[in-house]
Amino acid sequence: MFLNLKTAVAAIALSAVAGTAFARDLVINFDDLNPGPKKGFEDAVEKFKAENPDINVIVNINDREAHKTAIRNFLTADAPDVTSWYPGNRMAPFVDAGLFQPVDDVWEENGFNEDLAAIKATMSRDGKIWGVPYSYYQWGIYYRKDIFDLLELEEPQTWDELLAACGKMKENGVTPFTIGTKFLWTAAGVFDYINLRTNGYDVHNALTAGEIKYTDPRIVATFENWETLINECGFVDNHASMSWQDAIAPFANGDAAMYVMGNFSVDGYKNAGLTEDQIDFMPFPTINADVPPAEEAPADAFFIPTNAKNVEDAKKWLAFVARPDVQTEWNKTIGQLPINSKADISDDKFIQEGFALLNGATGLAQFYDRDAPAAMAKAGMEGFQEFMLDPSKKMDILQRLDEVQAEVY
Amino acid sequence: MADAVVTDTRTRTEPGFFRRNKLAIAPWIFLIPALIFFAIYVVIPIFESLWLSLYQWNGLYDAEGNSTAVWVGFENYARLWGDPNFWTSLRNNIAWLVLYMLAVPAGLFIALFLNQTVTGMRFYKSMFFFPFVISQVVVGLIFGWFYNPDFGVVGTVWKAIFCEETTNILGNTTFRCERPVPDILSSEQWATYGIIAAGLWPQIAYCMILYLTGLNNVAADQIEAARLDGAKGWKMLWYVVVPQLKPATFIAVVVTVIGALRSFDMIAIMTQGGPFGSTNVLSHYMFEVAISEYGERYGYGSSIATVLFGIMLIFISYFLWRMYQDEKGGR
Repeated sequence: MFLNLKTAVAAIALSAVAGTAFARDLVINFDDLNPGPKKGFEDAVEKFKAENPDINVIVNINDREAHKTAIRNFLTADAPDVTSWYPGNRMAPFVDAGLFQPVDDVWEENGFNEDLAAIKATMSRDGKIWGVPYSYYQWGIYYRKDIFDLLELEEPQTWDELLAACGKMKENGVTPFTIGTKFLWTAAGVFDYINLRTNGYDVHNALTAGEIKYTDPRIVATFENWETLINECGFVDNHASMSWQDAIAPFANGDAAMYVMGNFSVDGYKNAGLTEDQIDFMPFPTINADVPPAEEAPADAFFIPTNAKNVEDAKKWLAFVARPDVQTEWNKTIGQLPINSKADISDDKFIQEGFALLNGATGLAQFYDRDAPAAMAKAGMEGFQEFMLDPSKKMDILQRLDEVQAEVY
Repeated sequence: MADAVVTDTRTRTEPGFFRRNKLAIAPWIFLIPALIFFAIYVVIPIFESLWLSLYQWNGLYDAEGNSTAVWVGFENYARLWGDPNFWTSLRNNIAWLVLYMLAVPAGLFIALFLNQTVTGMRFYKSMFFFPFVISQVVVGLIFGWFYNPDFGVVGTVWKAIFCEETTNILGNTTFRCERPVPDILSSEQWATYGIIAAGLWPQIAYCMILYLTGLNNVAADQIEAARLDGAKGWKMLWYVVVPQLKPATFIAVVVTVIGALRSFDMIAIMTQGGPFGSTNVLSHYMFEVAISEYGERYGYGSSIATVLFGIMLIFISYFLWRMYQDEKGGR
C-alpha cells in the first residue's frame, strides 16, 4: 500500500515535469470570486485557449482579500506566469522590490501606447510600463431621479448649482448625501473629487506622491470646499458606523438623495429595490472652471512576475486581454468599462454615461488609497473621517497628516 | 529466582549511562515534544520579532528570495515615542486593564447570588455562563448591533423617546429626532468604553464560574462558627468567605489581566480600531501596522509587539513568582 502510494506520487511528479516540458503551462492567478467577474475571466480564458491550443492554461482564482495577502508570498516563493493586481502606488512595492518585469515591448508591439493612452501614466513607474489593464469603472454622483423630479431639480453642473440644489432638498426634509465611512475609503472618494475639481489632476498626483504638504493652501482650499459641502449640503447622521452597503438604506428609503460612489454600487441599489428609472448618474460638478476635468477610474490589470517560468506565453496573454474584442466581451459580462479606446461598450445607461465621462477626462486618478502609499493612505483616510465628524478640527488634522507625510516618504 | 539475581548483578556491574540517570532523563524525554513546539512557535518567534524591530521592512523578498529589510537600529522605537496613535493605544490598554477588573467583583456577586438551592438553579447558572461559551467574535457582533443607532436596541429605544415618526418626500416612513441618536461605536470618547462593556459580559461569566467552584469548597464549619460569633452580611463575606476564595480570586485576576491585554478580537469586529484610531489597543495597532491592508511595516509592527511583550512580561513574571511562592509554602 505504502509502496503503491510512493510510486503514484513519483508518477505524478514525473508527469508534471514532462507536462511543463511539452505542453507549455501558463499559470494565471486571478483575484475575484464574485460570480460576474469570475465568469468574465473564465470566458476570456476559454477564448484564449481556443486561439492557442498548444498552451495549457492553469488558473488559480482567489478571493480579493486573500489575494492581497497571498501575492506577497507567491511572487517570491511560487510565482505564476501572470497575476492580476492594481496599478498606481499599489504596484510600487512589487516594482521596487524587482518582483514584476517591465512589459514595454508588449505595449510597443500591439499599439497599446495609442489605444490605452489614457492609462499609460498610471501603469508606469521609473520610466517603464509594468502591466496591461483589462477593465476600469467610473466614479461620480449617483442620485435619486424621482426625488430630483419631485423637487424639479436639474443635474447640477457647477458647485453653486449643487449647493442650491442641496438647499432645496434640505427645505423638503431630504438629506442631500448618504455615505458610510466605517471602512474609511468612501470618504477618500469625496475628498478626491473635491480635490480634483478644486485643484486638478496634477495636484492630486503631487499630493499622493508626497510632493506637496497637506497644509499647502491648495489642499486647505479643498478642505474649505469640503466644509462648505458638509455645512450647506450635509451627509447622513451616523455615517461613521455604516459600511458603504449600509449607507444604501437611507438612499433607497428616499431619506438621502445623492451618493458619491463607484459604478460597482449600481448592483447594490438594484438589490435594495430601486429600478433604473429611480436612479441616475451625474459627473461631480465643476468647482473651478479653469481646472481641466479629471476623474477617478480605478483599473484592474495583469502583471508578469520576475520569476515567471513562461514569459513568452504570459506576454501573449497580456496582449490578448487588451484586445478590443476581448475587452468588449469581458466588460459586458462584468458591467464595467473597457480601457481600449477601440472597444465597444454595453447598452447599460450607467456604462454609457461613464464611458462618455472618462473619454472626456484629461487625467484618470486611481483613488486616494491606491495612489498614496499604504501608511499615508491609512492616516489620510482616518483624517478624512475625523474631519467629516468634526470639520472644526481641520487644521489640526492637516498638520498631523503633514507629520505622517514627513515620515512616510 | 537465580536468573533474576544474575540479571541484577549484571546491571549493577556494568550500568549504562541511561540506566544510571533514568530518573533525571525520563522527564526530559516526555517534555521534548512540547519543548520543540514551544521553541518553534513561541520562543524563536519572540527573538525573531525582537530582531525584526530593528529593521525597516515591508515584508517582501526580491526575486531571488533575499529579504528587502533595511537595518535602522532603534529608529522604530524613537518613532513610537512620537506617534500619537501609539499613545492612544497604550492609554486604551490601561483603560481595558482597569475597567476589566470589574469582572472580578461582579463575577463574585453573581456567584454568591447563584450559590443557593432553588428549583431550576442549574438552568439559571447555565444562562449566566452562556456568554462565555459563545465566541468573542459573536459577542462583538451582537454588541455592535445592540449599539447600532439605526436598527439596534440603543437606536430603537432612543427613537421611541426622542424622535417622532413622519413620512419623507417619497411617502416612506422615517424619523425626525430632537437630539441625534448616540452613535457609541463612532464616538471618540465612548467607543472604547462601549467595547469594554461588551468584553465584560463574557469575562464576568468566566469569573462567576471560577467563584462558583470556589464557593463549593468554602468550609461549612467555619461559616457556622462565624455565625455563632455573630458575623453576618458584609463582615461575613469579607472576613470569612473571601479569604477562603483566595485561590479562585488569584486565577480570576490572572485570566482577567490576560483577557484585557489580548482584547484584539472584539476591537477587530466592532470598530477596527476606529473612529480614526481612537479605539486601538497595542495588539490591534500592531496588526494594523504590520499585516493589515494598509500596513506592511513589519519592523515598526515588531517594535509595538516588543513593547506589548514587555508589559505582559511584568504581569507574567509576577504571576509566576506568586505561584512559585505558593508552591514553596504548600510543601
